[in-house]
Amino acid sequence: MAKTVLEVRELTTRYITRFRESIYAVDHVSLKVDEGRSLGIAGESGCGKSTLALSLMGYYFPPLYYTSGQIIVDERNITGMDPDDVRKTILGNEVSYIPQAAMNALNPTRRVINFIEDVIQAHRPETTKREIYDMARERFELLGLPPEVLEKFPVELSGGMKQRTVIATSVILSPKVLVADEPSSALDVTSQKMVIKMVMDLMEKGIIKALVFITHELPLLYNVTDDIMVMYAGQVVERGTAQETVFDPIHPYTRALMGSIIVPEAGLRGVKLAAIPGTPPNLKRPPSGCRFAERCKYAMPECRAASVDLHETKAGRAYRCIIPEEDLRRLYKNEQ
Amino acid sequence: MKQMLGQIFRSGRFRLGFGIFAAIVLTVLIYPLVINDPPLEIVSRGTFLAPGIYVSVYDSVTASTRYTLIIDEAAARRIGSRLTADDRAAMQEWLVGTEIVEEGELNLDDTAALLELWHSSFDPAVRIPGMTNADRNYYIRLTASLDGLLATEGAIVAAPNATTGELEEQGVIEQTDYVNLSEVPNFRVLPLGTDNFGRDVLTELVSATGVSLIIGLVAGIVATTIGLILGLVSGYVGGVVDDIIVFITNLFTVIPSFVLLILISFSIGQEQRGAFTVAVVIGLTSWVWTARAVRAQVISLRNRDHVSLSKLSGHSIAYILAMDILPYIASYVVMALILQISSGILAEAGLSILGLGPRTTEVPTLGLMMNWALIYQAHIFGKWWAYFPVILVIALISFSLNLMNTGLDRVFNPTLRE
Amino acid sequence: MNSDSIILSGKGVTKVFGFGSRKTVAVDHVDFSFRQGEVISIVGESGSGKTTLAKLLLGLESLTEGTIYFEGQQRDIRSHRQKREYWKNIQAIFQDPFSAYNMFRRIDAVLLDCIQMRGGGRLPYEQKVAMMREACSFVNLKFDELTNKYPFELSGGQQQRLMIARVFLLKPKILLADEPTSMIDACSRATILDMLMALRAEIGMTPIFITHDIGLAYYVSDTVYIMEHGRFVESGSADEVILRPKEPYTRRLLNDVPKLHEEWDLSTV
Repeated sequence: MAKTVLEVRELTTRYITRFRESIYAVDHVSLKVDEGRSLGIAGESGCGKSTLALSLMGYYFPPLYYTSGQIIVDERNITGMDPDDVRKTILGNEVSYIPQAAMNALNPTRRVINFIEDVIQAHRPETTKREIYDMARERFELLGLPPEVLEKFPVELSGGMKQRTVIATSVILSPKVLVADEPSSALDVTSQKMVIKMVMDLMEKGIIKALVFITHELPLLYNVTDDIMVMYAGQVVERGTAQETVFDPIHPYTRALMGSIIVPEAGLRGVKLAAIPGTPPNLKRPPSGCRFAERCKYAMPECRAASVDLHETKAGRAYRCIIPEEDLRRLYKNEQ
Repeated sequence: MKQMLGQIFRSGRFRLGFGIFAAIVLTVLIYPLVINDPPLEIVSRGTFLAPGIYVSVYDSVTASTRYTLIIDEAAARRIGSRLTADDRAAMQEWLVGTEIVEEGELNLDDTAALLELWHSSFDPAVRIPGMTNADRNYYIRLTASLDGLLATEGAIVAAPNATTGELEEQGVIEQTDYVNLSEVPNFRVLPLGTDNFGRDVLTELVSATGVSLIIGLVAGIVATTIGLILGLVSGYVGGVVDDIIVFITNLFTVIPSFVLLILISFSIGQEQRGAFTVAVVIGLTSWVWTARAVRAQVISLRNRDHVSLSKLSGHSIAYILAMDILPYIASYVVMALILQISSGILAEAGLSILGLGPRTTEVPTLGLMMNWALIYQAHIFGKWWAYFPVILVIALISFSLNLMNTGLDRVFNPTLRE
Repeated sequence: MNSDSIILSGKGVTKVFGFGSRKTVAVDHVDFSFRQGEVISIVGESGSGKTTLAKLLLGLESLTEGTIYFEGQQRDIRSHRQKREYWKNIQAIFQDPFSAYNMFRRIDAVLLDCIQMRGGGRLPYEQKVAMMREACSFVNLKFDELTNKYPFELSGGQQQRLMIARVFLLKPKILLADEPTSMIDACSRATILDMLMALRAEIGMTPIFITHDIGLAYYVSDTVYIMEHGRFVESGSADEVILRPKEPYTRRLLNDVPKLHEEWDLSTV
């Protein structure tokens, strides 16, 4: 039995707007990432996947507030910790986070090595500059980044190189978990591939123990992560291995999502794509029943009556629908 | 639009700035309706009359009714106003210095005893150690002024006899006689005194504030209009037109605008410089930064998709400038206008202090008032009422406009919001 | 194929920005001929010059060199009137719907512009409303709920559909779609693509997709042009170019895209 590196139990976080309204962007989300595994989070924009990424670190700042639930990193419960302690002891040391525009974090007037010095000295103030340089050089070489980059200014680097530099820096203290939120979406396919290669290297070379990867690009997610969790309107609607969720989805939403994938592969030209009518519900006033009912073509009156629980079919596989798995599969089969 | 106004007025800074500014404008508008004096009318002979209420002595003496009021402190106050604490201390110093009394024996508050002792013992020939001639003269003057201080009889009013020319007693004004101010036909309230010419400073100040605001507004509108048009054309049309406009703008940027302002004002000549002319000249020299900023904004806007879409919809350049570009920079232009108004008022003040302001015969401006106060050395003589209220008004206008601007900035520029 | 069916073609089309040492050649002597009725895709990475080419085709940027032919005639759009005429034939959909609308103009104003452009400015108002209602219902929007709204009050997908409604009213011969789905969700993407294809059938236009997404290009188009550094490196039918690429650049591009049924080879970076 592999050790669990990151565990989240029933985490709920919310945004409080200027008009004092609460938006529950992450609503009772549980997840578990074992050592050496990666979890992908998929969903439309506004489904709460980026908020979940922020919440995973236990570091909240307005307008995002912690409501309930627990986050356990490597058997250490970090919920309810003082934000300052979280920043000093958890971020970078235990959990690292890379947003989409991470490359903009580099200060254009300072060299890359100064940026790395800042990061390391924030956690280990006693480290000397010499030690930091050696550490950074060693790590960059390990990850296949040219060490000359250390002496350069951000403007001298390409977008992909900047992104890889920031990722390499953010894991310089070898955190246990890396949370990457669309780390390659703003990049060209080639740069994207280099960034992904590096993230995979981090796992293979044991620099990080677990990866949480968030993107709306499903083919990418399928190729990067072991497991996939699909979110809709702040809730988990389906969970399983990448293979299962992409090729054998249970939930109607997951099925529609997977049906909209476009890849340049033979036989996919002009096939009918699955389109979902309507828009996701307003999370200020979420519907009482199944949140997908409004857009679901299999919806019944019962769907809207009461909230739907996540049904576990086997270890690590679950879906949130009142129609049993077999019935859903029968429905899908009849359509074809 | 309504929503935006609501948002603007939710900003505390904007509300405070707007409140101050509105109060100033309302004062300027309402004051002349209540007090309808020409602002440049000379009301006093002699300069720099201190702030206060000036009551006609003649009218008080000849008032139809006199009232007798019994006020306990009246006598003490009357003596107090003539025998000050300083005088008492000086008297004590002499008396102690000549060893007539011991220090501490004397009760300075007992005026009657003090005066009696003084009259019986003061001798101008006796000098105390360290006494100068000036001190001696002071004591002699003091002694003379003390005569009759404790007298309780009234003053006699006399008039010359028409035939003999002799003074004849008309009546006695007792110390307890009073007149009702409402029965005195002539008195004048001068809340801020008079200036060097003997004009009522408050009336002049209100009128000057109005004129200065108009100068600022005209200067601001002129500068913003020129800057806006040049910026729009230069930024949107580009090419050679842009090069020419940028060249002109750069020329104006490197010449300090205030120097230019001085030169233009000087060459126009004192006689030609009305308030309006000065305002236009200020506007003509301060459009540069608006033009540059508008150009930069337009350049970033002109390649936006919504402009392309508008072109594809067949709209003309004028339509695109007016409908697709201008609304996007309108908030910025309004803010620039507010700043231009504020700096226009300051520029007028600066020019006028140097003697290059509007000609002095028609209307007062804040700058002219400062200029007059400066020339007649009000600041040296401590006549604060001639310049301090002017400075305060300039500061308040500038402060309120800048507050409104930062308030607007916070609304228009969401990154600055708390 | 005879030359009559070529709707848009170009010879030596070039666009240079700046001059002297800061010269950038965005589009470098590009030749092309787009057949009427075909779905065309121009695929390139950022910086390949595809957006500049789109602007050249639209006439929003002037050519540095070369000629563009529209329906066999040399294109002449020097005057505003000529541009207006040209734009009746060619229209565009932009990448970011949030920046594509003037946020101070209401939705009905956007649509009325299109009716005006088609010469319907003098029509009675009821008829204009009927036309706008028809256009909106074509893209599954309810016109009566939109009249007093501003475009930014709609979701990204709805705004992009409104853009299609615009094209529906304008009925151009060519539609340039510059990354029409890259800013919206995968599920809405299918809707948008369906609508574009339905519109193509309805008004018989020639769509040109400008995209970085080689998967999308393969999915929608008949003919694909691959662009690199301002030049077309490969072109041909979609099956030919995407499934049997000849050029190393095309192969690399395809190799770098994550796929579902083929191994994504990370070792080749």
